[in-house]
Amino acid sequence: MFDFSSVIDLAMIWGLLIATAIFLYVLLDGFDLGIGILFPFAPSHKCRDRMMNSIAPFWDGNETWLVLGGGGLFAAFPLAYSVLMPAFYIPIILMLLGLILRGVAFEFRFKASDKNRYFWDYIFHFGSLSAAFFQGMILGSFVQGVKVSGRDFVGGPFDWITVFSIMTGIAVVFGYALLGSTWLIMKTEDVTQKWARKVASYVLWFVVIFMAIVCITMPFLDERIKDFWFSVPNIYYLLPIPLVTFGLFLLIFYDLRRNNVEYRPFFVSIGLFLMGYLGLGISIYPWIIPFRYTIWEAAASGPGLSLMLVGVVPLLPLILGYTGYCYYIFRGKTSHEHLY
Amino acid sequence: MFDFDPVLLARIQFAFTISFHIIFPAFTIGLASFLAVLEWRWLRTGNEYFKDLYKFWIKIFAVAFGMGVVSGVVMSYQFGTNWSIFSDRVANVLGPLLGFEVLTAFFLEASFLGIMIFGWGRVSKRMHFVATCIVAIGTLISAFWILSANSWMQTPQGFSIGEDGRLYPTNWIEIIFNPSFPYRFVHMIIAAYLTTAFVVGGVGAFYLWRKRHLPQARIMLGMATIMAALVAPLQVVIGDFHGLNTLEHQPAKVAAMEGIWETEKGADLRLFAWPDEKNEMNHYEVKIPHMASYILTHDMEGEIKGLKEWAKEDRPPVATVFWSFRVMVGLGLLMVLIGIVSTIQYFRGKLFTGRFLQGWWILMMPSGFIALLAGWFVTEIGRQPYTAYGVIRTTESVSPAILGAQVAWSLLVFVIVYMFVFGAGSYYILKLIRKGIPAIKEKDHYYQHGIEALVIEATAHNGDKNV
Repeated sequence: MFDFSSVIDLAMIWGLLIATAIFLYVLLDGFDLGIGILFPFAPSHKCRDRMMNSIAPFWDGNETWLVLGGGGLFAAFPLAYSVLMPAFYIPIILMLLGLILRGVAFEFRFKASDKNRYFWDYIFHFGSLSAAFFQGMILGSFVQGVKVSGRDFVGGPFDWITVFSIMTGIAVVFGYALLGSTWLIMKTEDVTQKWARKVASYVLWFVVIFMAIVCITMPFLDERIKDFWFSVPNIYYLLPIPLVTFGLFLLIFYDLRRNNVEYRPFFVSIGLFLMGYLGLGISIYPWIIPFRYTIWEAAASGPGLSLMLVGVVPLLPLILGYTGYCYYIFRGKTSHEHLY
Repeated sequence: MFDFDPVLLARIQFAFTISFHIIFPAFTIGLASFLAVLEWRWLRTGNEYFKDLYKFWIKIFAVAFGMGVVSGVVMSYQFGTNWSIFSDRVANVLGPLLGFEVLTAFFLEASFLGIMIFGWGRVSKRMHFVATCIVAIGTLISAFWILSANSWMQTPQGFSIGEDGRLYPTNWIEIIFNPSFPYRFVHMIIAAYLTTAFVVGGVGAFYLWRKRHLPQARIMLGMATIMAALVAPLQVVIGDFHGLNTLEHQPAKVAAMEGIWETEKGADLRLFAWPDEKNEMNHYEVKIPHMASYILTHDMEGEIKGLKEWAKEDRPPVATVFWSFRVMVGLGLLMVLIGIVSTIQYFRGKLFTGRFLQGWWILMMPSGFIALLAGWFVTEIGRQPYTAYGVIRTTESVSPAILGAQVAWSLLVFVIVYMFVFGAGSYYILKLIRKGIPAIKEKDHYYQHGIEALVIEATAHNGDKNV
């Protein structure tokens, strides 16, 4: 039985790994959920086919990151898993149901008659919308913290509904819509692209507003967050985050107005997500159940984390490698034809 | 009205979501390997019928795989929402196994599936075949880890219990290769292969019945006959070994499977009985003398422990286990019979024309799924009243914070949504089958037009030689 816990900080490494997995999930499923959110607003049927085709080869893989998030939390931070899952029982189930409905709508839509396709289009839309919204609500109420006694969640079933979490829910919907629309600018042309550009510029305003609201309200959630951000010298080290965010906003505003820039808006939106995620992560660190348990208190025992680390070191680069390969295979613009 | 028992409801919910889930992986495990074989045959022989079949089944595969993914995401969260205490206590042991399943299998399957379905013309023929093989292997790796975790819950070992009541791993090899794992793994893989074989065979028989796509239908029914003839009997043998292993490690489960209450030497095999848990006896027994002992100990006078050896609270539910077991075995034997009859008919040259047998193949299409679910009911309900056998009870596994009403409502929603999804999924799969195998019409990178016509012409005449 090997155990690296005396040599390296396993909890820290696993905290970073899980955070990375969740971030990758947010980005990857974010753009395909975003496409679901925008789906009914597309100008034509052909556009919708094109949108669908642009994500069809990827969505299974994208959603797998969510399984890694859940499975990884269970494996690496069982305490957090067994407290947070009951705490978010209802929103998690609603999110999962949304994902189920949109996932099957994907497959069924390709097989449906033209008449029924409308039906699956709406299922796809509402499934994506609710998955995104409840993910946002879970995020919001997670940041606010849950009631814990000993190793158990002791709050009520509806504790997760707060003004703040509803706000973060809507924020995530707009965030995903931005990722989705900039993805479309990259992957499509003509009418669809023009429409996506318009949508992206529109959605961007909401993203700006919601990011600002989160930035302003976060410090008031807990004294520790406020002290952390606004004390000297931290404020100087952390200043790049809001500055870079501001710079990225200017860049994307500029890019969306120029018709020949097709790739950059998507990567700039990823940058915006990264900044928001970093800001949140830094605020919450080192809590894994905010303000109650730290990553070290919630971590699984050394042997398990060590074994998984031995697996992850070669496997994660491999996974990223072949995921990248699949994106490379399906590079370029998408058509509206039936793919299979 | 809100006075539900959360433990029972949580169990029903878990049973429902996992039963729904397992149907799809079981089907896709078999189908992925089947697709790999089809593509391999196509590349080797150049027979376009194999490609037709590939393109036909890949659509069904995509639907089944998608449903497997979305219902699988639910599973990775159900442990926590419904069984938080269990999760907390066993995570050190089981966490890495599930983590490895995601890392070594799920990403592999999900990523290369894209190439498998949409990659025609974008990658080389060889790369496409590699993608199919990777997906097929991915499904097997995934089965490896999840069955290891499940088997550990049946026969836990390789851990110590800490002062906090949580489990700490002491030996990974003992944990992963726990005593029931090899048997359960092989039993399950073969079950998945048989399930798929009977679906494929049923579709082949359906087309033969309707006199459509005859060459392709012969290939399907022929391949399914090979599976039924060779693999179904093998499954009986493996099942027997699995039963012996269960008798060694979980004798109470075996007693429930056989409906044996009193410990007896030379126990009878109950073909039919109505187990009565209250009075600790069976009604309406139909028995074969000494057969249970013979099957389980390979000795006519072997001793089998009866359920009364265990306190009432330590016994699994008897009737469900007893009946599920009979459903599974009955269907298994029927599969063997169909395999034998079909082989005989093949050599008599009547497999592809005999309507009676084709009717049976069509009827047997869902048999694999039913047998598979029944088998899982036996092993999982037979594990009760424990989650980790002998270590953690089900009643002490459930999340303390969740209320009966919460589970009841979410169960209701799950049932409605799953029924809807399942209904639509079955509808579209049946629609694809009814629509039939599309003729290759689109321009394709992989064949020249002149040769194609020749090949199809030639194989149309001797399609059944390719089975």
